[in-house]
Amino acid sequence: MIVDRKPLSFWERMYLPSIWGGLKITSKHFYNTVFKGQTGGNTLSKGYYPETKWDVAEGYRGAPYLVKDQDGATKCVSCQLCEFVCPPKAIKITPPGADSQSADRKNAEKMPREFEINMLRCIFCGFCQEVCPEEAIFLQKDYSLTGLARGEMIFNKEKLLSLGGTSGGIQKWKHKLEEAKEQEVFPVETK
Amino acid sequence: MDSLLQHWNSLAPLTQSVVFSTLKVLGVLFLALLPMVAYSVLAERKISAFIQDRQGPNRASLPLLGSIPILGPLLTKLGIWQPLADGVKSILKEDFTPSYVRKAYFWLAPAITLIPAFMTVGVIPFGSTLGSQKMVIADLNVGILYTFGIVSLGVYGIVLAGYASNSKYPFLGGIRSTAQMISYELAMGMSVIPVFMIIGKLNLSDIITHQAQHGWMALPFMATQQTFASYLLWPCMIVSFGIFLVSAFAETNRLPFDLPESETELVAGYNTEYSSMKFALFFMGEYASMITASCMMVVLFFGGWSLPFFGLDQPATSIIGGLAHIAIFVAKILFFMVVFIWVRWMLPRFRYDQLMDLGWRRFIPVALANILVTAVVMYFVR
Amino acid sequence: MSNAATTEAKPAAPAPPPVEKIKIKVDGREVEVPKMLPNWQGKLEATTMLQAVQIAGGEVPHYCYHPKLPVAGNCRMCLVEFGTPMMGPDRKPVFNEDGSPKIAKSVLPYEPSTPRGAIACATPISPGMEIYPNSSATKQMREAVLESLLINHPLDCPICDQAGECKLQEYSVQHGQAGSNFVEAKVHKPKAVDLGPRIVLDDERCVLCTRCIRFTKDIAGDDALGIVNRGSYNTIAAFPGAKFDNNYTLNTVDLCPVGALTSKDFRFQMRVWFLKETKSLCTSCGTGCNTVIGSREGKVYRYEPRQNDAVNSTWMCDSGRLNYKWIGREDRLQDVLVRGQKSTWASALKEISEKLSKAASGSVAVIASARQTTEELYLLKKLATKLGALTDSVARMGEADKLLVAADKNPNSNGARLTGIAGAELGSAISKIADGIHSGAIKTLVVFGDDVTKAGISADLLAKLETLIVSDILPNATTKAAHYVLPGCAHAEKRGTFVNVKGRLQKFTKAVEPKGDARPEWEFLHELVHNVTGQNGFISIEGLFNQMAKEVPGFAGIEWAQVDDQGVNTIS
Repeated sequence: MIVDRKPLSFWERMYLPSIWGGLKITSKHFYNTVFKGQTGGNTLSKGYYPETKWDVAEGYRGAPYLVKDQDGATKCVSCQLCEFVCPPKAIKITPPGADSQSADRKNAEKMPREFEINMLRCIFCGFCQEVCPEEAIFLQKDYSLTGLARGEMIFNKEKLLSLGGTSGGIQKWKHKLEEAKEQEVFPVETK
Repeated sequence: MDSLLQHWNSLAPLTQSVVFSTLKVLGVLFLALLPMVAYSVLAERKISAFIQDRQGPNRASLPLLGSIPILGPLLTKLGIWQPLADGVKSILKEDFTPSYVRKAYFWLAPAITLIPAFMTVGVIPFGSTLGSQKMVIADLNVGILYTFGIVSLGVYGIVLAGYASNSKYPFLGGIRSTAQMISYELAMGMSVIPVFMIIGKLNLSDIITHQAQHGWMALPFMATQQTFASYLLWPCMIVSFGIFLVSAFAETNRLPFDLPESETELVAGYNTEYSSMKFALFFMGEYASMITASCMMVVLFFGGWSLPFFGLDQPATSIIGGLAHIAIFVAKILFFMVVFIWVRWMLPRFRYDQLMDLGWRRFIPVALANILVTAVVMYFVR
Repeated sequence: MSNAATTEAKPAAPAPPPVEKIKIKVDGREVEVPKMLPNWQGKLEATTMLQAVQIAGGEVPHYCYHPKLPVAGNCRMCLVEFGTPMMGPDRKPVFNEDGSPKIAKSVLPYEPSTPRGAIACATPISPGMEIYPNSSATKQMREAVLESLLINHPLDCPICDQAGECKLQEYSVQHGQAGSNFVEAKVHKPKAVDLGPRIVLDDERCVLCTRCIRFTKDIAGDDALGIVNRGSYNTIAAFPGAKFDNNYTLNTVDLCPVGALTSKDFRFQMRVWFLKETKSLCTSCGTGCNTVIGSREGKVYRYEPRQNDAVNSTWMCDSGRLNYKWIGREDRLQDVLVRGQKSTWASALKEISEKLSKAASGSVAVIASARQTTEELYLLKKLATKLGALTDSVARMGEADKLLVAADKNPNSNGARLTGIAGAELGSAISKIADGIHSGAIKTLVVFGDDVTKAGISADLLAKLETLIVSDILPNATTKAAHYVLPGCAHAEKRGTFVNVKGRLQKFTKAVEPKGDARPEWEFLHELVHNVTGQNGFISIEGLFNQMAKEVPGFAGIEWAQVDDQGVNTIS
């Protein structure tokens, strides 16, 4: 579809009224800022950033961290879906492998050996949180991440877990284990 | 002290003039132009902040000066130390040269942008006299031709930067800049021809002297002895000044004509691949050209160092008078600097076709007609 | 997973001239299919509905059916609605008004409004039959079957290695439904059961298709697995006293359509969707089983068999499959060494070229390896011919089995024979070379890819040489003695061809980048040949192969482009 451009009137083509309008608006703001002190920092919030910390609203998507369950165990099972979905490839997971100690909770067989997020690459899109089948990673409220070296900005599993805190949730592995125990011992030993 | 003065007087006049010229060059460059560039940037940031309901730079502070009671925090709040911090940052930042650039040109481009902007100042009379010295570095008879010649070199820096960067956005920025600068140089050059037709001289000092006597070109009532002829030519001068002002915006790549670096389309245009001090040179070049353009406007249309009150329209005889003339000139420049800055935060960017349309189909014909009209008016007035 | 013969195999290669064709209709479209098709043993059997739908270009979902295994028909996933021409009481076909035969859809005898499906994998077709693999009744049947299969499934895809190549996942998405009517507690079965030395069994995930049981009994000939317990407690288990440890157990992991059988070696190593699949060959013996290399970011994670009915069907042995870890070993040769000092390719090749050019005819010997590609052996032969050098390669023999493993443990012995590097019996000239070194006639020895100290040339003899040029992948006694060490590439790091024990020429492609300074042998050999003989070859493997095919009689008439993934037979 082609929309015809509206023909400009003479004054519009002279640009002068627009310039005058711009001058009026900018002058008004200039006057209000300089002589009345009406800056955004004064009128819209309580003050300026480093002194007055920002009130982070619910649902804000800050840095992604790993969370633990109610029992303090790692929720991540190393399914690597977040690594797969991560658009900037910021997540790197080292799977446990067959011979390493599987997980710090008995009910799930697997947990990552290492889990790294490169916060310099992370774009805070929230895909990892969305894709996680275990509710183990959440975008939390940290918005100011700083470091003195690139290496510092690669957060490892330990750091991510300590920053992430605890988030309960459904605990499906625990329930599975309880359910299995209720069904007594499996009738025949298959050894 | 006396012996030193004696020694000085015993020197040959040529030696004296060489020493004075060197002093003037260094003084103008390092005491006037570079600080002005630095503080223009601060002014830009502050004014933009005020227009946008912000505070602007108000945190950079110096260890001792910042802790002077009352004055220290006030200066900090005004951002007085910010240019220092900016300079230090520019020097200390990683100077990154991408692997794919054409290195020689890549390094050359910022210098080529900055040098013409500084060179133009050489022929600007920034005051009348100080003692026995004329306050102009080089009092050229063809001052204005020199200015236009040097200003048009400025485009090479940008084109070279676009070419040397060897990537698409700088390249597009460079191409845009070529077409834009050449187009508006034409309009700019033709817009000032009426001024020289009226005055009859190309020497910038003479142009100021003429204005001091017969009224400023753009404001003919600013004169001690007003003439009917200058009022008759006023409309022509207004048109001249209008075209010159708009072309100056285009020549300095300032909004609304900053298409070579328009960030919404070209990331940062010709300086996309530059960082650290090399980028800072481009940045300084832009503000230096603004200062040059302001100088030109003041000299050509607003009477240079002259003021039609308190006898300030005559070349100074005392040191105080000389300093006053310099102050007047600087004040006039500052006014135009503020205009440059204010317009940037007031007007949106033109489309490229609008820009070319304005240059070629409006300004050039109008400037040509203006020359003709001026000639006709002058024929009847004389 | 398109290339790997994981859970799926393509139907057997087109049969010899079909005996007879019959016309049937699939989804209302008439197709002509052979009446008989070869079964898993290659014997002709009546064509089934599943095969007919495949010939018609359709697809019937299935778990227990596998073209290379006997038909079991126990998963019920392939249920389809169908109909046959209606017969009148007089045993004559009934016709519609327009003259087409009237079709009687198969229905439940006691409830004619409900269609009765048949398992497509085991129901033979008959003339005029109509199959409806996409009808709503068929879809309903599939939904119901999937719902039952998932009754006790733990839905632990996040920790299941099969996720990403799991038929249960795929069919649930394609044919299943989101919810389940099953509200009772799931039956919990043993998890992570140690089934054999290389296999882990998760009973909860098992759909009891018995592919693993049939494979180990009928293909591997080791009747070790069976189903124990009843009803919901059905589980796969090794028979008491029997061990599931034959050399083909890992094929059951490929066969398993779900995550019940997983490889201990690959367990929790990497998710399959990250793996880049590269068509390659197994180098552990002369059979040359076709493989798919699964690699990610320069690391090889697994081999899987690739279907090639002329070589390995869809199987490969465990020993070959697990023989990949040396590719990523830490002590790989990564630097060009000149008399023990790190050097560069340019300077080392220049020095070697000069030495070889100056060498007197007959003073050089070349011991190549039958683990090298045919192209590399050809280049070495060219070099040897110019230098008048004795050539041979090292034989490596072992035990054969009756399924796939060959006695010859070199992947390219026939390549060595065809290019003339070695005689009919590999290694027969090595003693002659040893004598030459002993007598001082041979002053320069070029060794590729083998430790000659284990093949009859002792370290003392090597010390007598003026120049010892060695190219290898891993360090050994010969590389230690070498004056020049040129780091080479594993087959996964380069392209080339092998000729297997049956004379079949097969291609393999590059999966990962070589480590350090290592370069494919054919690349630097090409440079050497050029420097020494002045003959320019080709800088691409394609051109090199075509040139070789022109010069070596065994490959006459073969061009690189003709050699497809399945390989071609050489004239030997």
